[in-house]
Amino acid sequence: MSAAAIPAPAAARPARALSPTAYLVGAICVAVSALMAAPLVLSFLASIKTTADASAVPPSYLPQALSGESYMKVVNFQAGLATYVGNSALVAGITIVACLLLAAPAGYGLARFQFRGKEIAFLLLLAPIMIPYQALLTPLYLDFAKLGLANSHFGLALVHTVLQLPFSIYLMRSAFEAVPKEIEEAASMDGCSSWQSLLRVFLPLTFPGLVTVGLFAFINSWNEFLGALIFMNHETDFTVPIMIVSVRTGHLGAVDWGALQASVVISIVPCLAVYLLLQRYYISGLLAGAVK
Amino acid sequence: MNGVQARRRRRGWLYIAPALLFVLLVVIVPFGQLIALSFSNQSLLGGGHFVGFDNYVKIWNDSAFWRALGFTLKYTLLLTPILMGLGYALALLTVDNTPLKKATRTIVFLPVVIGLGSSSLLWIWLFNEQVGLLNKALVDLHIIDAPIVWFISADVAFWAVAISVTWKVVGFGTVLFVAGIQSINSEILEAAVIDGAGYWARVWRIILPLTRRVLLLTTLISVIGSLLALDQFYIMTAGGPRGQTFTAVYWIYQNSFVAFKLGYGAALSVVLTAIIMALSALQIALSNRGKAE
Repeated sequence: MSAAAIPAPAAARPARALSPTAYLVGAICVAVSALMAAPLVLSFLASIKTTADASAVPPSYLPQALSGESYMKVVNFQAGLATYVGNSALVAGITIVACLLLAAPAGYGLARFQFRGKEIAFLLLLAPIMIPYQALLTPLYLDFAKLGLANSHFGLALVHTVLQLPFSIYLMRSAFEAVPKEIEEAASMDGCSSWQSLLRVFLPLTFPGLVTVGLFAFINSWNEFLGALIFMNHETDFTVPIMIVSVRTGHLGAVDWGALQASVVISIVPCLAVYLLLQRYYISGLLAGAVK
Repeated sequence: MNGVQARRRRRGWLYIAPALLFVLLVVIVPFGQLIALSFSNQSLLGGGHFVGFDNYVKIWNDSAFWRALGFTLKYTLLLTPILMGLGYALALLTVDNTPLKKATRTIVFLPVVIGLGSSSLLWIWLFNEQVGLLNKALVDLHIIDAPIVWFISADVAFWAVAISVTWKVVGFGTVLFVAGIQSINSEILEAAVIDGAGYWARVWRIILPLTRRVLLLTTLISVIGSLLALDQFYIMTAGGPRGQTFTAVYWIYQNSFVAFKLGYGAALSVVLTAIIMALSALQIALSNRGKAE
């Protein structure tokens, strides 16, 4: 978001006097924002209704009374919310670490070293883009069963790493390429080995890239559905996306709509929080991954 | 070649070796296994032997798979123009960096970072004919007379999913298009204003042509995403009614992990991968051409 904005329709007029068009555009912006935010707001409002209120027919927009009932139900759902959030955090944590440990050195090697076969290696590293991970789930499931990684969070994290690695490597290569050659030369003059240069000079300079890689790894792992559905067969091993589907199935077939929306809110909040805190990194990563 | 250079070459390989090994072990080898599996009749329960091209012949005659693939294509073809058109319109609306427009952009983008599973469970509630607030809002606004039962027919269910997915991902295109439009040299647009070009003339003659590459790349990413759709249908329609809303990936999941036919599911996966590979190759080619320009 660096370049100058294009002149708006009203740009040719004096800046102060807002034209009717500008008011109309402003009104549309407000309406769009309201429409886009409404589902999130309504879901939150439903989650703080009493159970009876949340399942009332016809429904009401606002809660009749505030209640933590639905959240208490989710906290105590089956193995307990803490277990599911813990599982998701563990898988996301391993995914983040794996992406950083694999992508940072790979980006360094690709950006800073000349060697025969580098282009082929780069294409090979990007191969997972060409092969949808959905297609790999069956062979990985069979392999993991043999290795004792079936139903393991480590195994699921490996799947999430596959999903995330090409983007991570691509991003880290760009980040390392952006470091001026003079800095690297100065480091090697000071007697740094390439490994020391990586740790002391490059990693601090490519820190924004590392944050972006970690951020995407977290959000995509936290939200990933199909792999978790296939790989995690025990109720106590479920991640949050699978838990919320189970909340809907609930007991005895009747849907507890309040508890369902409470679980939806719980699944959404970490993503929104992390995104709003690190928005700059997220958008730059999005642009680098998709457009460049 | 001197010794230092040779050492740097070996170092280069050393740094990429862990990632290369990972991709080899967790992507390339499993992909080979997938192809081998597609020539067997292995079940999730074990057993199985080589059956040659039997699975592929079976695919040819599997009307349920072609229906799922057809449905996936229909979903992709109908949804993509909506996502790109609406995404672009929102980009034009919010491209200036005023506080209101920046805030609008942020809100439009929020659903992109939440899970498709979460958004599907949110919308299945909004769409519900008894407790759903979307029906209530539409009735209150006198747009409809009585609540719509969204998931009783495949056509209406399709639009329910399309609406929820549009809400969820439209901001993705918007953010990329905003970046594309903002990178247009402002002098070109100022010159057009001086020449008397109106706003829409500028959009059609300058902004759209100059953001063609971003538009193409975003469309491809969106198409690939739609072709691999599963979560939203798994949660919102469960493939129903009468199996009319199974997508390709959903059908592969059904065969492999519900019916336990791993060999057949693998053959279906190979077919789907071939389609996706062709599209990804196009995407990478477009990316590289853009770099060379």
